[in-house]
Amino acid sequence: MSDPAVILNAAAIQRALTRIAHEIAERNEVGAEVVLVGIPLVGDQLAFRLGKILSDIWKLPVPVGVLDVSLHRDDLDQRAAPTIHPTVMPFDVTGRTVVLVDDVFFTGRTTRAAMDALNDFGRPKNIQLAVLVDRGHRQLPVRADFVGKNVPTALAEKVRVRLDTPGRPDEVVLEK
Amino acid sequence: MSWNRKHLLDIESLSVDEIVTVLDTARAFKAVGERAIKKVPALRGKTVVNLFIEPSTRTRISFELAAQRLTADIVNFSADASSFKKGETLKDTARNLEALNADFIVIRHSASGAPHFLSRVVNASIINAGDGAHEHPTQALLDAFTIREHKGKIAGLNVTILGDILYSRVARSNIWALTKLGAKVTLCGPSTLVPKTFEQMGCRVTYDVDEALRDADIIHLLRIQHERQRKTMFPGIGEYTSLFGLNPARLAKTRPDALIMHPGPINRGVEIDSEIADCGRSLILEQVTNGLAARMAVLFLLNGGKGPQEVA
Repeated sequence: MSDPAVILNAAAIQRALTRIAHEIAERNEVGAEVVLVGIPLVGDQLAFRLGKILSDIWKLPVPVGVLDVSLHRDDLDQRAAPTIHPTVMPFDVTGRTVVLVDDVFFTGRTTRAAMDALNDFGRPKNIQLAVLVDRGHRQLPVRADFVGKNVPTALAEKVRVRLDTPGRPDEVVLEK
Repeated sequence: MSWNRKHLLDIESLSVDEIVTVLDTARAFKAVGERAIKKVPALRGKTVVNLFIEPSTRTRISFELAAQRLTADIVNFSADASSFKKGETLKDTARNLEALNADFIVIRHSASGAPHFLSRVVNASIINAGDGAHEHPTQALLDAFTIREHKGKIAGLNVTILGDILYSRVARSNIWALTKLGAKVTLCGPSTLVPKTFEQMGCRVTYDVDEALRDADIIHLLRIQHERQRKTMFPGIGEYTSLFGLNPARLAKTRPDALIMHPGPINRGVEIDSEIADCGRSLILEQVTNGLAARMAVLFLLNGGKGPQEVA
């Protein structure tokens, strides 16, 4: 295994989030209708960062929720049971535009699980998808609305996003 | 955290890590139970059979609802209505259930070791819902969950289990779970029902009820298991109540933050005074709520396949 290559450093991550936030604001004229929902473990951290930037753009608080999707996955009996992270949805999604936030967009199966999980909390007016990295290899017909960076990858490679780790810089790395 | 087991047969063989994994997973499922839509598709397409060769209401209903909340199909099979009366063996019954593609068999049996036996003869995941006087693992898991939720931890707590220890699978499973998690467990009750041999499991045995209760953070009461006692183990119910029943006078001598637990069914006026069962320090009904979450967690974890848990 060779050394992991840094795809995005801390400054690049922040620039990508700022651009995504502006794209979300451009697409959704009525800021008051938008809520962000992050998928743990990293998507929720990204959602809170995006929420902060969007609040500054819209000059109003943007609600952020955290949605664990592991109970809706389609591979639960294929490997050891996943750790379930707390779901916190402090708002009603019915009639709102929900922007799902995930770190790495890969097979699309997490996104499908997230849309199903979201259904249990109401009927959103729209669901949009924001991701920090799109690495390709979709297995389902889903696409992202907002992408921080497109990264061509081989199937066996891994993309790791590290945020807010004490003593380590924020970065996205590609592990061969 | 990790879980690679196919069966839940007892607490004795679980590691601390595995117990904590169940408790953490149960916390997530308790939150699911508080949503408007309490059902998740995690076990969609799976079949759970409740094989209850000994009467039970709450455990059976708890497993039933747990399976339903996970979108599994569930079939109830009880001794009364079954072929046991016609002479079929446990092994044949289980293999018949398996021929119906049961993925999980939840078994309660009066014989200790019956779940372990089944786990060797069928391919389904076996969950022990109480085997004789041996173990009742999901009860211990829900009790540990309830204690942790209220006290924030288990290590270092004083837990007193009071009553019929000898015939209690709940006591055995609780002793294993609580001592593994670092609690100091004290057992108390009539000497015929609390033999000193239990000290080998790492707990303390005393026959002085006031002393047993004085420093307890948790008071765990057990029912007298008349159905398992071949002969009378103490002079009478009245005497048991006066010597070991939890009444207001005894409760007044305990720590004000001591909490009261009971696996049910409770016998009001025998091991517990009626008003104590309903007081603010009683966790009895909360144990029932948490039992559902703990059993969902167990089904969910056992449903997992082999290998690492990481997903792409």
